[in-house]
Amino acid sequence: MDLRVFCLHLLALGGGPQSGHPPHCKKIFWMNGIMKELSLEFEKPIVELENRIAELKKFSEKKGIDVNQEIKALEKKLDQLRREILEHLTPWQRVQIARHPQRPYSLDFIHLMMEEFLELHGDRRFGDDQALIGGFAKMGNRHIMVVGHQKGRDLKERQARSFGCAHPEGYRKALRLMQLAEKAGLPILTLIDTPGAYPGVGAEERGQAEAIAVNLREMSGLKVPVVAVVIGEGGSGGALGIGVADRILIFENAYYSVISPEGCASILWREKGKMVDAAESLKLTAHDLFSLGIVDEVIEEPAGGAHHNYEVAARNLKKAIEHHFSELELVPLQQLVEIRYQKFRKMGVFQEFTPEQ
Amino acid sequence: MALFKRPNFLLTQSKKRGVPGGLWTKCESCQELIYNKEWENSLKVCPKCKHHCSLSAPERIRLLVDEGTFEEFDPNLIPSDPLKFRGPKSYPEKVLQDQAMTGLKEAVMTGRGKIEGISTVLAVTDSRFIMGSMGSVVGEKITRAIEKAIEEGLHVIIVSGSGGGARMYEGCLSLMQMAKTSAALAKLSEAGLFFISVLTHPTMAGIMASFASLGDVIVAEPRALLGFTGPRVIKQTIQQELPPGFQTSEFLLAHGMIDGIVERPELKKTIAKFLNYFSWGRR
Repeated sequence: MDLRVFCLHLLALGGGPQSGHPPHCKKIFWMNGIMKELSLEFEKPIVELENRIAELKKFSEKKGIDVNQEIKALEKKLDQLRREILEHLTPWQRVQIARHPQRPYSLDFIHLMMEEFLELHGDRRFGDDQALIGGFAKMGNRHIMVVGHQKGRDLKERQARSFGCAHPEGYRKALRLMQLAEKAGLPILTLIDTPGAYPGVGAEERGQAEAIAVNLREMSGLKVPVVAVVIGEGGSGGALGIGVADRILIFENAYYSVISPEGCASILWREKGKMVDAAESLKLTAHDLFSLGIVDEVIEEPAGGAHHNYEVAARNLKKAIEHHFSELELVPLQQLVEIRYQKFRKMGVFQEFTPEQ
Repeated sequence: MALFKRPNFLLTQSKKRGVPGGLWTKCESCQELIYNKEWENSLKVCPKCKHHCSLSAPERIRLLVDEGTFEEFDPNLIPSDPLKFRGPKSYPEKVLQDQAMTGLKEAVMTGRGKIEGISTVLAVTDSRFIMGSMGSVVGEKITRAIEKAIEEGLHVIIVSGSGGGARMYEGCLSLMQMAKTSAALAKLSEAGLFFISVLTHPTMAGIMASFASLGDVIVAEPRALLGFTGPRVIKQTIQQELPPGFQTSEFLLAHGMIDGIVERPELKKTIAKFLNYFSWGRR
């Protein structure tokens, strides 16, 4: 890794609990070590097969027997199994993938997609929220502004980043950066990955609702192209707070919902255990949202989900973002804002009857 | 065991010796019994504890708008069931039930009316209709009302009362109404027009995180519950007791989130005064 990029990685972590290690080391550690322990119930057959392949490889090395053919066959089977399991996932299982502790987060994608990332800090009013990060970035031949929710990998970092639940100062920082981008004429990319805006006393005292509301109003008028991508969890108002965009994209296994399945279950069914039914009813999966006309594109994930292959996920994401930016750059700015207004203006399904006179 | 059998005469005693129907109302806060006529005269504010009981949308309009000047917009918008939501109760069932209970078609009434002679556009949510939550119809009616105000050069007043926020039954479509109404308010502001947001008990979640927080002037009725996340969820998350008066109007005033607290009998006069200031500069 280039030394400059390495330094930027350190910068990006903002001197947080993990700043001693570059994120890639951490990732490899995660992928190989805890991965198997933390796999989801429906991922068990995949993990078993992975283990068998690993054992077979070890065995062949030890005994010097050539089992390449068998390994190849098993690897093919593994790929097939990943696809099959993914195809038949229930909405609740997809929510679990979206929340997978090894799922790539905003900074992972930023490091994989961008040649440079200059993180900017603070809302100039109260503090610097580590749950919502942002800064200048170079992506391909574009200079852009990127803002996104960020979750933590280990307990300490998770706490520092409030589990990806932003406070008002996070939303205000995001708006400050977006308005800076507008002034500089840079396109904006937002990466959404939050269970929801932070539920706490301080957040309420400092106007959580107002911070989100102001973002909705101001983002609707930004005179630069805005692309929003739900990369993991799209938790309600906390997600929408950086989600008013010209194009809304979503990863295949990400979800975007008005309320968490658990919240919905406890309100409507009066028992949290009904989240499987709630997830079904809320129509929160990527494909459901596409048919409802809320998202513009569903981005394909590598077999088994984005956590199985960060590089492929990042490549697919980058391709989609660049495609939409290049389309949006052709639209005159004044029109762009009006088209964005009309995009949200049209959302909603209702009936209007003419009263019989 | 005839000894332990419930004796028959108890049946006659079990009749409730409660309030004779239709004459008295019990204050939901201090349990005081108030003579119905007095209750109506005090605009459903308890004379003893000053608790402001929720008003229905038609009652609120009667309170704020000069008699005979209200013209309703879009009364014929009704919800459909885009998600085919399968809950313990189906969405159409819930809608029919609340339509019958409230006599309204949806959780918001919008229209044009005069407030002390000043023409304005008004939207009032009704917290009885699916918790006053915002689905496609509420979002559309509010957006249309704001667009009408821009067209006619009128200021907008929205009275919010919604414990529900964005309506679950319409999923992400409800969530997008937050963006839609907020974008419409951006246009209103660009047109040089003003928006007064009136917060009543309770205004939470998606309503508070969209139009309700975007007023040029924001006033609240006393002791209303106002905030983003419900107090129960916050308490569960932080595992601590909440500070006294948390998320009340008074709490928001102390934290700089609203301009003032206005008691119900003063509300119309106060709004009219604001409207006068907005119009004076543009004579």
